[in-house]
Amino acid sequence: MPEAILDVQNVTLKFGGLTALDDVSFHINEGEILGLIGPNGAGKTTCFNAVTGVYRPTSGNILFQGASIVGLKKHAITKSGIARTFQNIRLFPTMTALENVLVGADAQHSTGMLSALFRLPKHRREEKDGHDRAMEVLRFMGIHRKADELAANLSYGDQRRLEIARAMATGPKLICLDEPAAGFNPAEKVELMNLIRKVRDQGYTVLLIEHDMRLVMGVTDRIVVLEFGRKIAEGVPAEIRDNPAVIAAYLGVDEEDAS
Amino acid sequence: MKNKLTALPKPVKVLLWVLLALFAYALPLLEPPIISTPGVDFGGVLFTVSIYCLVALGLNIVVGYAGLLDLGYVGFYAIGAYTVAILTSFHASWPLLLAIPVGVVAAMVSGVILGAPTLRVRGDYLAIVTLGFGEIIRLVAVNTEWLGDTRGIKNIAKPPGVGGEEGLFQIPHLFWGDGTVLLDTDDKTKFLFFGVLDQIPYYWMGLTAVIIVLIADILIKNSRVGRAWEATREDEDAAELMGVPTFKFKLLAFATGAFVGGLAGGLYASRQGFINPQSFLLLFSILYLASVVVGGQGNRWGVLVGATLVAYLPQRFREFDDFRVLVFGLALVVLAAVRPQGLLPPRRTVRAKKLEHDLEELEEGTGEEEAAHA
Repeated sequence: MPEAILDVQNVTLKFGGLTALDDVSFHINEGEILGLIGPNGAGKTTCFNAVTGVYRPTSGNILFQGASIVGLKKHAITKSGIARTFQNIRLFPTMTALENVLVGADAQHSTGMLSALFRLPKHRREEKDGHDRAMEVLRFMGIHRKADELAANLSYGDQRRLEIARAMATGPKLICLDEPAAGFNPAEKVELMNLIRKVRDQGYTVLLIEHDMRLVMGVTDRIVVLEFGRKIAEGVPAEIRDNPAVIAAYLGVDEEDAS
Repeated sequence: MKNKLTALPKPVKVLLWVLLALFAYALPLLEPPIISTPGVDFGGVLFTVSIYCLVALGLNIVVGYAGLLDLGYVGFYAIGAYTVAILTSFHASWPLLLAIPVGVVAAMVSGVILGAPTLRVRGDYLAIVTLGFGEIIRLVAVNTEWLGDTRGIKNIAKPPGVGGEEGLFQIPHLFWGDGTVLLDTDDKTKFLFFGVLDQIPYYWMGLTAVIIVLIADILIKNSRVGRAWEATREDEDAAELMGVPTFKFKLLAFATGAFVGGLAGGLYASRQGFINPQSFLLLFSILYLASVVVGGQGNRWGVLVGATLVAYLPQRFREFDDFRVLVFGLALVVLAAVRPQGLLPPRRTVRAKKLEHDLEELEEGTGEEEAAHA
C-alpha cells in the first residue's frame, strides 16, 4: 500500500488493566474518507487520541506519510499534517470565530516575540497569510459572516462547523472528525456529509467517527469497525452492512443511538 | 459612549491618547486638589502608582493572558531590585543604565528557571509553587550576609541626570489657593535631575516605562503570541492539538512577566536608594494580584485602573491609617460580589454577557440557528 497516508500497525493501548485498543491495524489511503464505527466504548475516540498523540500506544506503531509519529508531541503531530475536531466541542470560547481559526492557522507559522514586537516583515506576512486562510476556511464552512462573533455565542451547529474550520486552518493532509454530526437533525446531517465530501474534494483525507450508520454508509469509501477495542471488520460500506459480526455487535443493537 | 470613542478617526484618537499621556506627565505639577495627597509627597505617591501599574501589566501577561496563577510575582520584582542594588552599590558600583538591563535579564532567567520545571503542573499546584518561590527569594535575601541580610543594601545608584544639579530646565508647580490658581515659582521641579527630595522625575521615569511596556503589550497581544496565550488559557489540551506548543508559550509568558517585574524592581531600587527584604513580602504579591483582579484580568486598561486604585487609595486616605487594610479587604470582598469580572473586564466578556442578556430577553425560537440545538 504505497499510497497509505496513515498506517496504524498493531496498536495496543492499555490503561492499567483495561485494554482500550487491542492489536488494531488499519490504514487510510490518500484522498479517502474512512469511517471508524463501533458501539459506545468500542475505542473509537481512544484510537483518535492515539493517532493525534494524546495517548501513547502501549505497543504498535503509527506511520504518517511513511514516518512514525509515535512519541511525537501533540503540537508537532498537528504541524506535520494531522488535524482533529472533538466529540464534545472544545473551542476557545472567549475568542472570536476568526481568532479561533487563526490559532489553527498559526500552526504553520513561527512568528515569535521579537517579530511581533517590532512588526518585522515575517509577522506581517504571516498575519496576512493566516487571515486570508482563516477567512477562506470560514467561507468554505459557511460561517464567515460570524467571523467576529465570540465562539461561545455561536449556535451549536456553527460551533461544530467552526471546529472543522479550525482544524482545516492548521494546514493538514489528514482531518480526523470525531462525531461531527452529533446533535444534528437529519437535514443538517445530510448537509454536513455533503460538506465532508467537499472537504475531501479539496484534497484532504478524512478519518470520520460517526454513530449514524446511514450517514457513514453514505459518505465513506471504506469502513473500519471496532468493538471492545478490537477491529472486527473492515471493508467498503456494502460489505460492512452485510457482515454478520457487525450486525450482531452494532447494527441490530442500538440503531436508535444516533445522537 | 464607548462606541462613539472607537468610531473616531484615527488621528483624533492618537491625539486624545497623546493628550492623556501629557496630562499624566503633568499631573504632579498640577497638584489638583482632591486628587493630590495631603500629608504625603504627591510625586512619590505617583511614582508608586507607576510602579504598581508596571507590575500589574507584567502580571497581567502571566495571569490575565496566559491564565497562570502566579502568587510569587514579588520574587521577580525582588530579583530585579537586588541585582540593580548589588551592581550599583559597594559591590560593583556600575552605572544604573547598565545595571537595569542586567537586572531585567536576571529576572527573566529566573522566570525561565522557575517555569521550566513548574509549568508542567497546572492551576492550584502552580499557585503553590510560585508562592514558595516568592518566599524563598525573600528568605535568601534575609539570610545572606552578602545581600545585607535584614539590613538590606544601601547607596543604590540614582538615574543619571541631564544638565547637572539644576537639570535641563525648571518647571514651576501650580499652587491652588482659595479660588485662585497661581504658578508657584518657589516650588520648581528640575527636569531630568534625579535628587532625593523631588520625586517627580522618578515618576516621569516610571510613567515612561509604563507607556513603553503598554505599547509592547499591545503589539505582542495582537499577534500569534497573544493568540497562543489566550488559546492556552482557554483550553490547554485543545490548543496543543491545534499546533500550539503550549509549554513554550507558557514559559514565554512567565519570562515576559518576569522581565517587566524585574524592570519595576530595578526602577524601585534606584528611586529608593536602599532596599531590604521588608520591601518584598508576600503581601506585595497579593497586592499585585489584587491590582490585576480588581481591574479585570486580561484587560490592560482595567489592570492599569486596578493598580492605580490599589496603590493610590491607601495613600490618599492615610487618615484612616490602621483601618486601611481592613477597608481595602472589605472593598475587595464587595467588588468580588458586585463585579466578579473586575472593574473593567475584557471587552469580549462584556460582549458575551450582553449577548446572553439579549438572548434571555428574546427567549427562544428566534431563528433557524436555534434549530441546531435540537
